[in-house]
Amino acid sequence: MYEGAVQNLIDELGRLPGVGPKSAQRIAFHLLAAETADVKRLVHALVEVKERVRFCSVCGNVAEEEQCRICRDPRRDAAVICVVEESKDVVAIERTREFRGRYHVLGGAISPIEGVGPDDLRIRELMARLSDGQITELILATDPNLEGEATATYLARLVKPMGLKVTRLASGLPVGGDLEYADEVTLGRAFEGRRSLEL
Amino acid sequence: MYVSHLQLADYRSYESAYLELEPGISTFVGPNGQGKTNLVEAIGYVATLGSHRVATDAPLVRRGAERAIVRAAVVRGDQRALVELEITPGRANRARLNRSPVPRPREVLGVLRTVLFAPEDLALVKGDPGERRRFLDELLVARAPRFAGVRSDYERVLKQRNALLKSASARYFRQRAEPDLSTLDVWDEHLAAAGAELLAARLALVAELQPLVAKAYGELTSSGGPPALHYRSSAAPDEGHLPADRAALAELLRGALSEARPQELQRGVSLTGPHRDDLQLRLADLPAKGYASQGEAWSYALALRLSGFELLRADGDDPVLILDDVFAELDAERRRRLAEHVRTAEQVLVSAAVPGDVPEELVGTRFRVGEGRVERE
Repeated sequence: MYEGAVQNLIDELGRLPGVGPKSAQRIAFHLLAAETADVKRLVHALVEVKERVRFCSVCGNVAEEEQCRICRDPRRDAAVICVVEESKDVVAIERTREFRGRYHVLGGAISPIEGVGPDDLRIRELMARLSDGQITELILATDPNLEGEATATYLARLVKPMGLKVTRLASGLPVGGDLEYADEVTLGRAFEGRRSLEL
Repeated sequence: MYVSHLQLADYRSYESAYLELEPGISTFVGPNGQGKTNLVEAIGYVATLGSHRVATDAPLVRRGAERAIVRAAVVRGDQRALVELEITPGRANRARLNRSPVPRPREVLGVLRTVLFAPEDLALVKGDPGERRRFLDELLVARAPRFAGVRSDYERVLKQRNALLKSASARYFRQRAEPDLSTLDVWDEHLAAAGAELLAARLALVAELQPLVAKAYGELTSSGGPPALHYRSSAAPDEGHLPADRAALAELLRGALSEARPQELQRGVSLTGPHRDDLQLRLADLPAKGYASQGEAWSYALALRLSGFELLRADGDDPVLILDDVFAELDAERRRRLAEHVRTAEQVLVSAAVPGDVPEELVGTRFRVGEGRVERE
């Protein structure tokens, strides 16, 4: 245990995701040794992120204005919505440059163990977006784990009566990988989702 | 296959231990409480990532130590593999295979395969259904490690579903509010899919075991037989014939789930599915649990383990056979017959408190175990 302020800082840092007690201690001492100006800049960045950043009123992605950059962009296809769990998933998909539609960020996945039900996710907002009839395809891009699959199934059932095209991202083999190193579940899924080669 | 080296650090009573083993028979002798079972338990742990004695990992770590390390070198034909496990209670275990870390410990399953006989095996016959489900599932995983994933998927769905049922039933009792059943439908769907895969595999396994168990039992004793295995599914209570294919089983589970729903909502727990099934062991058409004598129960338990061994052997490679303190439980005739059976395995590891309990043909290389040390005689 360290005295007052130092221990305080270590405790606060230790509450961050992915930071254990050892890392927290290392970061705390790094900050202690750093220039005051550098620390002030970090403090400023932290405060600013809380003050300026909000969530897009349409899709729930992080934004600095009423709507996020993607929802404001008129060139994006308004007929396709890709549903993801977190804002960081938007960034991941954007990096592919494959997708030209818009997003909807749920803010998590259904997980009764953690007390997360459909009402805790931005599903009502999604339904409101779908009701205007402009949207023709819904892409379910929740994580390929149990909770993500359950959320996808739930959404698919919910929107079924609306008659739009609902798709789920494929799971399968990593590009550039070796078949022999793939785990059985992934390989099994890849088999299920195989497609014919059109020459 | 056989284990050529075993190294332990802070495992149970051992601060450190190292032993070299050979194919054939090895016997560990020494007074009780000196750590014979700990040695074979560690080998079993490398094969199954679980202990046959305790359900949690905490007791496996030497008192005062933070983590235990088990390292085993396995020889299979002309291949050698080194498995290292770091057991830290309360945290995920870490595993290395041939000195490279693997993402999940599960990936070392299948490198070493064991069949372990222990005094606890009597519970296979006389104990709760959970013991028999575990027997089936562990055998499934030993034959095809992929089932470790199937099993853990099922358990995860079950946990999520139970959490949902619990909160729904609490809400119902407190506010008389109709629970939101749309998410329950989703979990039912996933439970039926994961459950059907597990169920189909168990049923296929039981069908394969059936003739092997009958044969092994007949060779161990002439009393009480013939034995028969009946898989009782909680989804088909009236011993109806179970379909073999996965789609039909999923359909069966779906039906059972919707039937059980009012009760499940009331009690807040999943009442149907492979986690509620039983493998009924019958002798001369009577349930062995309750009707079998002590000797017959032992013969049945041994027959189940021996059948597991035969199945794994038929897959192409002898598993390592471990006989942990079982001879003390058996009469002279059963000892002799068991010894005859297992002698041919590529490697047999035997532990016994009284050297005289071990039939002569099973003595092999002798190790003396005492005061936290293992010495070859």
